[in-house]
Amino acid sequence: MKATYEAVVGIECHVELKTRTKMFCGCANAFGSEPNTNVCPVCLALPGALPVPNGVAIEQTVRAGLAFGARIPAYSKFDRKNYFYPDMPKNYQISQYDMPLVQGGEVRYWLEDGTMKRCPLVRIHLEEDTGKSTHAGSGDGRIAGSLYSLVDFNRAGVPLMECVSEPALHSAADAVAYLASLRRTLMELGVSDVKMEEGSLRCDANVSVRLAGEAALGTKTEIKNMNSFRSVQRAIESEVDRQISLLERGERVVQETRGWDEANGVTHPMRSKEQAHDYRYFPDPDLVPLEIAGDDVERLRVGLPELPWERFERYTRAFGLGSKQATQLIDTPSLARYFDRVVNASSNPQQSANFVLGELSRLANDSGVAVADSKAEPEGVAELIVLVEARTVNSKIAKELLERMWRNGGSPKAIVEDEGLAQTNDADEIENLVEGVIAAHASVVADYRAGKSNVIGFLIGQAMKASRSKADPQLVSELMKKRLR
Amino acid sequence: MKLVDRSAFDVARDVNARRLSAREVTDAALAQADAVDGQVGAYLRVEYDLARAAAARVDARIASGERLALAGVPLAVKDNMCVIGTRTTCASRILEHWTAPYTATAVQRMLDAGCIPIGKANLDEFAMGSSCENSALGVTRNPYDLSRVPGGSSGGSAAAVAAREAAIGMGSDTGGSIREPGAFCNLVGFKPTYGRVSRYGLIAFASSLDQIGPLTRTVRDAAMAYDVMSGHDPMDSTSLPRAVEPASRALPTDLRGLRVGIVREFDLQALAPAMRTIYERAYAELESLGAALVDVSLPTVDYGVATYYLIAPAECSANLARFDGVRYGLRVDAADVGTMYEQTRAQGFGPEVKRRVLIGTYALSSGYYDAYYVRAQKARTLAAKDFAVAFGACDIIASPATSCPPFTLGAKSDPYSMYLMDYYTIPMSLAGVPALSVPCGWVREAQADLPLGLQLAAPHFAEPLLLGAAHAYEQATGYSARVSPAAAGSATGIEEPA
Repeated sequence: MKATYEAVVGIECHVELKTRTKMFCGCANAFGSEPNTNVCPVCLALPGALPVPNGVAIEQTVRAGLAFGARIPAYSKFDRKNYFYPDMPKNYQISQYDMPLVQGGEVRYWLEDGTMKRCPLVRIHLEEDTGKSTHAGSGDGRIAGSLYSLVDFNRAGVPLMECVSEPALHSAADAVAYLASLRRTLMELGVSDVKMEEGSLRCDANVSVRLAGEAALGTKTEIKNMNSFRSVQRAIESEVDRQISLLERGERVVQETRGWDEANGVTHPMRSKEQAHDYRYFPDPDLVPLEIAGDDVERLRVGLPELPWERFERYTRAFGLGSKQATQLIDTPSLARYFDRVVNASSNPQQSANFVLGELSRLANDSGVAVADSKAEPEGVAELIVLVEARTVNSKIAKELLERMWRNGGSPKAIVEDEGLAQTNDADEIENLVEGVIAAHASVVADYRAGKSNVIGFLIGQAMKASRSKADPQLVSELMKKRLR
Repeated sequence: MKLVDRSAFDVARDVNARRLSAREVTDAALAQADAVDGQVGAYLRVEYDLARAAAARVDARIASGERLALAGVPLAVKDNMCVIGTRTTCASRILEHWTAPYTATAVQRMLDAGCIPIGKANLDEFAMGSSCENSALGVTRNPYDLSRVPGGSSGGSAAAVAAREAAIGMGSDTGGSIREPGAFCNLVGFKPTYGRVSRYGLIAFASSLDQIGPLTRTVRDAAMAYDVMSGHDPMDSTSLPRAVEPASRALPTDLRGLRVGIVREFDLQALAPAMRTIYERAYAELESLGAALVDVSLPTVDYGVATYYLIAPAECSANLARFDGVRYGLRVDAADVGTMYEQTRAQGFGPEVKRRVLIGTYALSSGYYDAYYVRAQKARTLAAKDFAVAFGACDIIASPATSCPPFTLGAKSDPYSMYLMDYYTIPMSLAGVPALSVPCGWVREAQADLPLGLQLAAPHFAEPLLLGAAHAYEQATGYSARVSPAAAGSATGIEEPA
């Protein structure tokens, strides 16, 4: 009988901030430029060059901290983290050691079933990114066996926010839900693109296991090289299993850094604690300590947008949406804002969600244009919802109208009035249509009466067609059935 | 008076008045360098083309009606300051062939004000040293006695000005690197308040201590240079965003009402008798100019050298990490990147630089950080408090600039005795207060008259007061007037036009 283990996971995220310029110089902060084109004496660490901090990056980090309910100390400072690496121009990284910009706070996240949870943060600090090395001649891009390496310093000096959670997550699913919430929040704040595939969001996981109920933490390993939420999930699951197996066999977990091997689904050792660097942190004498004024913090706090978990609670509690629909909306901030405007004008959250996530999202996928960027105004969509609810138009007409609004904008009400597209609810008129169809398709009617009940669909379709789709399909169906009985 | 003997003040006045062209001044300085620099070795490189092009530009600006604060003034630039298109070496093998792609802010301000860059001056490698002997690229000799050192680390800039190869030398002072060579070369060596002059483009030794300043033959010239080079620079976060009060406008000729603090811990009895006599006389001279001498104490001053030799190496160990062979400078190829780093740095850095990088790395290491770096920072805070208290009782502080006169090349072989050379100058660096050395007399040693300097220090931002006091002292005493033998021996100086 196996003992019951509990996983303990902490997540460290590196987030590239979406500022116009780099952290300590005026170079453009842009992804995908020609190598070594966004560089200057400062970010190349030429002799004599000095760093000047980017105020916007500091402000964005403070905003992130405020969003997570963290403490913003009145004083903060930058430190030098010393180690040699060819893509780090100064051979020290300007980072923050013991006085980060942001202390504490918590990320609220929810699981697929809508359960809301909290994970406390240790800190958020600001630092600079390194350049990027490309190793040539080894065939596989690895440094081992390569003939030479090329370094692109475009990324060197890009502002990087490091967000460290407490080891308070207890499953891979929690870790991914935490990450998703963190990502949504930073996206909502507009501080980062948070794209794992472009490296603007990178994360490592500290993983340990312990017997359920124990208070002391087990020996942890640090997992690197996880390039998607899915690989985070798999890597943590794999590492938890590995550690449990070790303990079950009576072995010990060694404190070390391990790399996730996506292809083989396992983690591999990278370096042990004994090989760990002594970074020799000390305050950067090129930069003066930061004083964060309380008034500035208040101004930023007041300017915070509605945060994802607040939105989630509003959508699920006040609007009654399901967890899945609510999450889908929140995952794209512009879509959520669009949805809010539709609800505001239609007063019908469920239909608004159905339209936005259904027909509008399909049009967005087909056209490659985001819903919020289409010609269809949220107020127009709301008008359409009102028309559908009032059964003024049927769903087929509604779909056509939406496609027209997507391309050309406009008011659906006006189109319906101009073109006489309003649904026909007049029973006499529909009865006439039904009579006409029955008269014209005597053999089909005979089939129906002989027991082939499915042919009724054809007869209803003919009646709809005769009405140019304007007849209320429900009424057509009712009257058709009644007439054929 | 020969053209090269003229002060910056005189040159700028006459060039602005079109009595003299920048071209003439430049040619005279270049000719003087040709004549004497073989002996003196002040310059690592004389920048003929750069100087002549600058002179042409200044003459054109003057002709178009502009007035320039330092029109046509020949300038020696310490070779740890970037000047676009020139090699900027820090007197190190690791940067021997590196050409700067930009110009340091302080240098640019001097050039914009009409200075003519005559050449890049020698220094102790990466400004680490007190005699210029740590240069990997050349020997500089004292123009007052060619067998002796010019001081350091700004020894090249000092020697250039003392040998009349420039009127202003730009130096950098971390623990005394302007004031000590100033004293050794009978010049005014002035270190402004930390943060007054931009460090952008100054190749860092110890960032929290480095400060650029002038070496000149008169206090007025130092004040003029300071007025031009100082002021806030958005490229340097440590440069102060505070308006600079011009120092060269009104320079007093007496010291009436000034309280001059004499530091109890700087006991003149510790000096050789001949030197003691000079400083006793200097204090008496201050008094006779109307100053009131007051006894002040800097209780932690004896910890200055120890404090400095933890903080400066700690900072330099990180500052010099960028010299790795990857992007610029010397690269010694090797099979892997780690060996490339090791070989490049082993061959590129000289012994003193290596010693300080090692000391600093050690002081910052895990387990030693609190015992060394943190304690040194606390001691530094105490040093600054000492000065704050002392300046409650006096307006400026007077002391010797050095504990000995210029010594012969090779005389100080152990690093510790060299470190003690900065005993009088380090405390002001730790406190960040402005300080200068001004010529105060001569001692005779081995048939040579050797210059000595009086150090004056003032509270933060009190540069006008400090320079004013030095000016009054200089005007009353006239020790700075004696021309160096190396300069006077030159036969090529161009005579002043009639």
